[in-house]
Amino acid sequence: MSGTEDGDPSRPVRPSGRTEEEVLDAIEKRRRRPHVKLMDKQITLAHGAGGKSSHVLVEMVFLKAFDNPVLDGLGDAAVLSAPAGTRLAFTTDASVVKPRFFPGGDIGELAVNGTVNDLAMAGARPLWLTASFILEEGLDTDELTTIAESMGAAAKRAGVAIVAGDTKVVERGKADGVFITTAGVGALEREIELSAAAVRPGDKVIVSGSIGDHGMAIMIARGDLELETDLRSDTAPVHELAAALLDATGEVRWLRDPTRGGVATVLAELALAAELGVVLDEAALPIKDEVNGACEILGIDPLYVANEGKLVAVVGPDGVDDAIAALRSHPLGAEAAVIGEVRAEPPGMVLLDTAFGGSRVVDMLAGDPLPRIC
Amino acid sequence: MRFVDEYRSGEVAKGLAEQIAGLVEPGRHYKLMEVCGGHTHAIYKHGVEDLLPDEIELVHGPGCPVCVIPMGRQDDAIAIAMDPNVIFTTFGDMMRVPASNGSLLDAKARGADVRMVYSPLDALRIARENPDREVVFFAIGFETTAPSTAVTLLRAREDAIENFSVFANHVTIIPAIRSILDSPDLRLQGFIGPGHVSTVIGNRPYEFICRDYGLPIAVSGFEPLDVLQGVHMIMTQLAEGRAEVENQYSRVVRPEGNPIALKAIAQTMELRTTFEWRGLGFISQSALKLREEFAPWDAEVRHAIPGVRVADPKACQCGEVLKGVIKPWQCKVFGTSCTPDRPIGTCMVSSEGACAAYYNYGRHAGRRKTEAADVEVEVAAT
Repeated sequence: MSGTEDGDPSRPVRPSGRTEEEVLDAIEKRRRRPHVKLMDKQITLAHGAGGKSSHVLVEMVFLKAFDNPVLDGLGDAAVLSAPAGTRLAFTTDASVVKPRFFPGGDIGELAVNGTVNDLAMAGARPLWLTASFILEEGLDTDELTTIAESMGAAAKRAGVAIVAGDTKVVERGKADGVFITTAGVGALEREIELSAAAVRPGDKVIVSGSIGDHGMAIMIARGDLELETDLRSDTAPVHELAAALLDATGEVRWLRDPTRGGVATVLAELALAAELGVVLDEAALPIKDEVNGACEILGIDPLYVANEGKLVAVVGPDGVDDAIAALRSHPLGAEAAVIGEVRAEPPGMVLLDTAFGGSRVVDMLAGDPLPRIC
Repeated sequence: MRFVDEYRSGEVAKGLAEQIAGLVEPGRHYKLMEVCGGHTHAIYKHGVEDLLPDEIELVHGPGCPVCVIPMGRQDDAIAIAMDPNVIFTTFGDMMRVPASNGSLLDAKARGADVRMVYSPLDALRIARENPDREVVFFAIGFETTAPSTAVTLLRAREDAIENFSVFANHVTIIPAIRSILDSPDLRLQGFIGPGHVSTVIGNRPYEFICRDYGLPIAVSGFEPLDVLQGVHMIMTQLAEGRAEVENQYSRVVRPEGNPIALKAIAQTMELRTTFEWRGLGFISQSALKLREEFAPWDAEVRHAIPGVRVADPKACQCGEVLKGVIKPWQCKVFGTSCTPDRPIGTCMVSSEGACAAYYNYGRHAGRRKTEAADVEVEVAAT
């Protein structure tokens, strides 16, 4: 504090030239808009303590990236209006993927698309998301900003608003960088019931494109395998694709997003729930050569590898042509294919007719060959 | 995909299957053992049995490296892993193998630093990166994986890496085959020989099978057409009254094997007088330990190991499965208290284990065959 009476006598006293009024106004202004810039290079426990640092982080990183008036209000809860009588779909999804950045996407994009896709699989139009962050002390602030911007961009692409959020910081070593939980609400605008109970023998199983891209891209991005490929995660919002499918035919019985556990697992769940059999045709499965090759090396079956931008649908036989045409007319569904059929026998089981001419069981995955892929 | 699709052609398989059916002598039953777990996996994954006539039965052999490790050794591994200064590195399959008190995965949850690696050289890298910690590699496998352990040991010595050691559990295939041939429980007509082991040891060590036991063997690859062609070669030999070592997998296996790999093994390891195999008991000269001069890298020398022999769980019949005496589904606990999510025996853990392969891929195959036969009968009756 220079310029006080008992300060260094060698330094001249230089009044600022501002009036007291001006100084007080400046303080108030600063108090309302604390910092114009987030100066911290790393996340510290203070950013989760609810004080000034938290405020700055929210304002400079999240509000900026998510950019919408509901969130800008910063209330304790977002207040939203849904059209009267609208049925709502509501879901939540946690993302803990490692590595956080991978070819084709990052944890932020994945967190948004994951919830958007879960809503889409209920036949809903995604409307609002919330995002809750658990950050590890020491996380690079620029990295968090990149992730938040990626979430903002993904939300914009999917036509949803991130309307509420929360941030906690835990000590170094108690989390791995960033964990993101998103929840989402969507509106059901069609009078449809998608469920395993609606599935009948003779229905066809359709997948919207190549399988296993996400899981294998992550596995390779970890670098443990020292494989080099051009493989990218397929992370994408599939709500438009789902909408195109549902608009094209009223014969859609069941929809799933084949994430962890892959196509095999969602179909095994369907077979059990519907007490019907599903028979897949190995030769019809759309699988990229890179995915097939990596799976061969690792001894993993691509049917069990995660997807983040695909849908699996069961469609009544009369709607199959329309369904395939509608899917293929959308860029995300260009490689859509019929991969199998629902049969009465054997109930509760998925079988695969191998390209070799044999047949085998496709059960749910035991254990976890690919930890933390989403 | 090149180098894969051509070995999975359904068209070629169909033709080969017809030829095999033509080699069957009416009224005769053929029991052929696929020695290797990789074959078992391929057979179930691609449904190879669906293409074979009923007279030919494929019997699963002892060549699954995870399956043959006895529980006592797994306990030893966990004891090493629980040392707070140890980073315990292992192939993924071994993490789920149940020991007396849980698996390595359970030990990891209790705080042990257990890490999955794809190669022993990865374990050596971890040792370089963590000079303050003791890094142990859990070495398992037949002659297929022993050379990579050997090369890692040589590298460790060359680079004077002092915080690295190997817990050696390498086993050799020939004594296991001999033990099965001498077992009174099983009468076999031929062997589908282990392709990858043979890339290292060559074809000649199998000659005793033909000479002493009068049985044919076809060393075969791991694609479904390889297996089917192996069956065809054995059936041809049987039809012609021959018993020879034949090489189906000539695109990879040379008669003399791989002398460089064999030399690396001989430099670093030697035969143990005896070693316990799960279900098969103690088999003399059937496993490898580190040579004296590699004692500084021998986990059994560097770490306190309980070394207690533990009986296999009573209900578990992995031994009978490994010897091919019973089919996986004939085991008392198969599919009930022993499943891939909660395995009791090793055969249910590894994807090469007969029980896991049968559970994951193969079940209902018999039923499907019966159904198909019923349909044919119905058609014939109408």
